[in-house]
Amino acid sequence: MSLIHETDYGTPRSKSEKEVTLTIDGFEVSVPEGTSIMRAAMDAGIQVPKLCATDMLDSFGSCRVCVVEIEGRNGTPASCTTPVAAGMKVSTQTERLKKIRKGVMELYISDHPLDCLTCAANGDCELQDVAGAVGLREVRYGYEGRNHLGKPKDQSNPYFQFDPSKCIVCSRCVRACNEVQGTFALTIAGRGFDAIVSAGLETDNFLSSECVSCGACVQACPTATLEEKSVIAIGTPEHSVVTTCAYCGVGCSFKAEMRGEELVRMVPYKDGKANRGHSCVKGRFALGYATHKDRILKPMIRETYKDPWQEVSWEDALAFSAAKIKSIQERYGREAMGAISSSRCTNEEVYLVQKLVRAGFGNNNIDTCARVCHSPTGYGLKTTFGTSAGTQDFDSVEDSDVILVIGANPTDGHPVFGSRMKKRLREGAKLIVIDPRRIDLVRTPHVEAEYHLPLKPGTNVAMLTALAHVIVTEGLMNETFIRERCDWDEFQDWAAFVAQEERSPEAVAEITGVPAELVRKAARLYATGGNAAIYYGLGVTEHSQGSTSVIAIANLAMVTGNIGRRGVGVNPLRGQNNVQGSCDMGSFPHELPGYRHISDDATRSIYEDLWGVTISSEPGLRIPNMFDAAMEGTFKGLYCQGEDILQSDPDTKHVSAGLASLELLIVHDLFLNETANYANVFLPGSTFLEKNGTFTNAERRINRVRKVMSPRNGYEDWQVTQMLAQAIGLDMNYSGPSAIMDEIAATTPSFAGVNYAMLDEKGSVQWPCNEAHPDGSPIMHTAGFVRGKGKFVVTEYVATDERTGPRFPLLLTTGRILSQYNVGAQTRRTDNVVWHAEDVLEIHPHDAEQRGIRPGDWVRLDSRSGSTSLKAKVTDRVAPGVVYTTFHHPTTQANVITTDYSDWATNCPEYKVTAVQISPSNGPTDWQEGYRELSNESRRIMPAEAAE
Amino acid sequence: MSYRAAFDAEEAAEIISELKHLEGPLLPILNEFQTRFGFVGEEAVRLVSAALNLSRAEVYGVVSFYHDYHKEPRGRHVLKVCRAEACQSRGGDAVADAAERALGIRFGETTPDGQVTLEAVYCLGLCAVGPNAMVDHQRVVARLTPEKVDALATEVRL
Repeated sequence: MSLIHETDYGTPRSKSEKEVTLTIDGFEVSVPEGTSIMRAAMDAGIQVPKLCATDMLDSFGSCRVCVVEIEGRNGTPASCTTPVAAGMKVSTQTERLKKIRKGVMELYISDHPLDCLTCAANGDCELQDVAGAVGLREVRYGYEGRNHLGKPKDQSNPYFQFDPSKCIVCSRCVRACNEVQGTFALTIAGRGFDAIVSAGLETDNFLSSECVSCGACVQACPTATLEEKSVIAIGTPEHSVVTTCAYCGVGCSFKAEMRGEELVRMVPYKDGKANRGHSCVKGRFALGYATHKDRILKPMIRETYKDPWQEVSWEDALAFSAAKIKSIQERYGREAMGAISSSRCTNEEVYLVQKLVRAGFGNNNIDTCARVCHSPTGYGLKTTFGTSAGTQDFDSVEDSDVILVIGANPTDGHPVFGSRMKKRLREGAKLIVIDPRRIDLVRTPHVEAEYHLPLKPGTNVAMLTALAHVIVTEGLMNETFIRERCDWDEFQDWAAFVAQEERSPEAVAEITGVPAELVRKAARLYATGGNAAIYYGLGVTEHSQGSTSVIAIANLAMVTGNIGRRGVGVNPLRGQNNVQGSCDMGSFPHELPGYRHISDDATRSIYEDLWGVTISSEPGLRIPNMFDAAMEGTFKGLYCQGEDILQSDPDTKHVSAGLASLELLIVHDLFLNETANYANVFLPGSTFLEKNGTFTNAERRINRVRKVMSPRNGYEDWQVTQMLAQAIGLDMNYSGPSAIMDEIAATTPSFAGVNYAMLDEKGSVQWPCNEAHPDGSPIMHTAGFVRGKGKFVVTEYVATDERTGPRFPLLLTTGRILSQYNVGAQTRRTDNVVWHAEDVLEIHPHDAEQRGIRPGDWVRLDSRSGSTSLKAKVTDRVAPGVVYTTFHHPTTQANVITTDYSDWATNCPEYKVTAVQISPSNGPTDWQEGYRELSNESRRIMPAEAAE
Repeated sequence: MSYRAAFDAEEAAEIISELKHLEGPLLPILNEFQTRFGFVGEEAVRLVSAALNLSRAEVYGVVSFYHDYHKEPRGRHVLKVCRAEACQSRGGDAVADAAERALGIRFGETTPDGQVTLEAVYCLGLCAVGPNAMVDHQRVVARLTPEKVDALATEVRL
């Protein structure tokens, strides 16, 4: 293993299809028209020295090191800003050029600390490289003149430092922030000698500035000016391994740069097809949880959750679990056991858990956390298109002319894709945002939504149907597409339905709270603005009509013909790294891998033959039903892998009561999470850095996860599940994740062509990948819908039963924030807490004033389900009548408030709408205090020695 | 010409809404701020960046680039003394020293009473009659001597 050095071509790739041939240093080179001379040279293996150029950024031409001579042209143009021309004869090394470059370098070095040996970037510094390349041997100007060596460092960001004394003012950081990340947080302040990189205003530092800590500037810096603090502390890495981020559903590829088994830093991988070399603060920097002192590394057991934990050996923990499982099934029947798998874990691990349930427990009581996020996506898109997945790859956004974002907040939830979307918007694509809250995309430097439709939470279906009404009644549909691709009779029924006056924007304005004219304009733009793509998130799915909304979105795409090519489509932004994969792997109680129904005899027999068992044809329990059954006493044991259901599932009190009535709760996790407060077996888990496997991202891309260090708990998660299976007598004996994937491929048609050798060779592949699509499927439904004809389904708006009234007059909706991830189990254990140390309640100034609430006050939040308290943030981001909070912190427990209402089709909980009342408060509620006590009590651990 | 040396957010908002429609409205707005308030401070930068949908870093980059945007209020009057070579050769150094002494401040500073800011300027184009100075961007004074500077300083302070 060695350190992966990616080639830097200096300037971005030209998209032109026309080839131009020129000669560089006597070699003939053919490149696409519009390519820079610098890039053309690099293509031919000729490296022109450069400082301000890098291929992630547009050329700039400020450093004057990359100058070349061109036959027949005067002067020495910069090779980065000069495009190639046919027949051009370029020289990159002449006496004149050498002199210029050396002279420029002398000037740079005359104002640079000569501390290379003790510099953190020693050996990884482009300034150093260029000094070597130009043969710099002396600096005629000396070092005594005015310089910047005494400038103070900015250490405010927890992950990197800014040392202006080493800065050569090449602007790469500023341009990376602008062009790649799209935040525009940096500038060059002052001019001439005083020019300096500045984050925000003069009184700002990196932390107080608009910087979102994505790391693009650090990656772009050619010197040690912007440097990871981990590199300063540890030293430069010696080898690297390409792997996939374990945070959100974007699935960024990273190089894990290592020193032995120690992670030095994560650097986004340019060949990563989801992220194209970009990253966000989580994937790039928030890795400290992997070595956090809270991690539990030894198995633990206890008779009941009220006892202290007892550390034991793996053998004892597994034997204890197996005995309990056996006893439960003997006393209460086979159906009394079940498992919940996690969208945080690999495809292979998830596959094993469902196998453990179906073959080992002998029932179908397997569900996954996707139940509570994107299960309506699976249902809605399968119904209309025939495949439970998004239709595009992320690159597709580069060809979109209109982007409709509904119920998603890409710049916080899916930041790397958010940046790619913003880039397209800056190029001129038009944006429509449908969201109760003014998310950043509505207006952020150089991006402004054409229309923001701030609808009332819970009225998505009314809104989407009103958009369809405008398209149909104003004749904006794509009839050719519909006749060719969709079922015409169903379309006609649907069109007649949406065309009814009661679905018009005017008629539903009262319900949605959005003026009709705005809805009409948005509909016209979507239907007539060129390639139109819809991106949506949990603001669509987590409703009582989540599945209906997904169907309504699919209807919009079909009626306008925005399906089946680049730039268009229906794109669910998946919350977690492997939501898509965990759903694909048969994690639902009614589906075997590949979304094949459990009642299908042919599919069942494939697995029955392979595993040598009989599989029940009856769907098992969904997560909420498990809790109900536990309360009724028919469900007694649960294996919960990598998911903190107590904090993440709605109606916390109901969940905790359900968990408390179990006889066996096995929590398999990195930390003693909130769910573990009710567990009696704890099996320590491994992080994504400690195991092999695959994650499937939101664009159906199967990415490899590669082990970069030994599991600190001793075993990779798939091994733990396998040992548990063996302990209950199941014959499960895989040699590793690769063998598990081979079984998945052999039994699941859409994965038939997938194997590790192929993934290693191609980097990644998008399913379906089989004989029909050997290279995978970046865009789906290109020649026709997977189900045959696209299906239009009538979408009747039915208001949720959760309604405001005199007692609960406000609507609470929930979401997430950039720096924290989900229930925060990982990110709360990193320095990301400097950006978001606690959950706060956003409330409109009008509602705050009525209740006498000032910014920063403690407020009490009451709903029919429960109450909690947190601090208020008074802001007009939310509309009057709507309040908003995040659910990252267990001390807040926002889900004490949420109700048990859920999607009619999939039981996906209605997190996004809860009627609440807000009142001033002095501090935590009784529930919060009581829960904190219980949780402290429950986390007592007796070390193995003391127990003997 | 004199200005209030105080920022008024309401007036600033009016200036922005008046000039926002221009193509490339940033510089005209900043110019108007400088003219009316005498400086372009951080509050002004925040206001303009929000109004024009720019980042505050971008606006600060522009403001800090031009020397004629001042980040703090300056004196009611500005005395610019030429420090370029031609004036130096005609006794400009002594004149500059005298200006600092007479006002009791250094170049770039403002008198504690807020009356006068002393600045260096590099050539007013009147080298034949130097050393030269300029008062409040409009009145040029030539053939300066330390004595004349004393008188000028007293006059400007009034």
